Amino acid sequence: MGRIIAGIGTSHVPSIGGAYDRGKAGSASWKPLFDAYVPVRQWLKDLKPDIAIMVYNDHGADFFFDKYPTFAVGCADSYAIADEGFGVRPLPAISGDLAFSQHLCRSLVYDEFDITVCQEMRVEHGFLVPMHLCFEPGASWPVASVPIAVNVLQHPLPTARRCYRLGQAIRRAVDAYERDVRVAIIGTGGMSHQLTGRNFGQMHRDNDLDFLDRIETDPESLARLTHGTLMQMFGVEGIELIMWLVMRGALSGAARRVHRNYYAPMTTGMGLVTLEEQS
Amino acid sequence: MTNQQLAVGAKVADSDVFDLAMSWRGYRINKMCSALSQAHNREAYRQDEEVFMDRFALTGHEKDLVRARDFGGLLAGGANIYFLLKLGVVTGNGLYKMGAAMRGETYEQFLATRNDSGAT
Repeated sequence: MGRIIAGIGTSHVPSIGGAYDRGKAGSASWKPLFDAYVPVRQWLKDLKPDIAIMVYNDHGADFFFDKYPTFAVGCADSYAIADEGFGVRPLPAISGDLAFSQHLCRSLVYDEFDITVCQEMRVEHGFLVPMHLCFEPGASWPVASVPIAVNVLQHPLPTARRCYRLGQAIRRAVDAYERDVRVAIIGTGGMSHQLTGRNFGQMHRDNDLDFLDRIETDPESLARLTHGTLMQMFGVEGIELIMWLVMRGALSGAARRVHRNYYAPMTTGMGLVTLEEQS
Repeated sequence: MTNQQLAVGAKVADSDVFDLAMSWRGYRINKMCSALSQAHNREAYRQDEEVFMDRFALTGHEKDLVRARDFGGLLAGGANIYFLLKLGVVTGNGLYKMGAAMRGETYEQFLATRNDSGAT
């Protein structure tokens, strides 16, 4: 039987990737962010997940508005690294777990989630930044991955409730899997940010900290919020936080928090929370 | 409609929300920006912006907005911010420069409002 062993909520701000590639992780301005992930990488190394399900959104690297899926699930044995407009980042290719992905897709559809099945997917900062924050890339990554892309760009978006329920359906799929795989799930994006208009750069620190509390202890209260309310609280682009609910829905009520961090240097609240299932 | 998430056309914090009406309106701009994910298209754009805009059938007004690097105007015309960033890369206008202009500030003024502007 498969088992969800851990969940992580983390921002995927692209400038983190830029700082990482330029070797700036140790600089005074970036240390408060990068240092928080050192114990997270060790924790994951000890937990030894076989598979990381990465719930993220594409920012125009692979998907376009000619056809725009609400939920797109990777179903391949590897995923290429996308060119987002400034070249391809020097990171190892992403390995998939084809048999697990095929099971997951089958299970989700029969569970009445009408996903888009993707046998080719090019992943970008929404996926890659959390990947290199949580795992050490050597010649290859220490886990196989399943990308799940969520539409948080073009409204109507899936509701917060729907995202939470997708997580619950992912848990049922993992529980029903025949192989003994250990699965970590990562919900990415946010926290508060507003990238257009005269309020560009507006953040909401108090709401971000409250979200970090509630994603841990009371996710149900977040699942009830409308997009309108969420965007008032976290900014138009802060709506990405609904993807953290996919992660939380995949975990049990017994999961316990292990790490937490918050840093907001520029225009986006950068949050982190990790949760571990009790064995 | 049941389960109303957001009033159609509503603004949030004075900004448009990118919805189906915006996406339809900005389709040509976003399609052009999307092409800039490929290196050979970025090269073609730098070689001849006018030819490149013609390839994607931008309207006269849309072309004027691009020529003027009027990113706020392009957003109002239906550009999606994440696609627009690709146009920013080829024209030397990163996110923070775009943002400063949207706020009506210089880049330096904008940086001075940040908690730690070393984290760019």
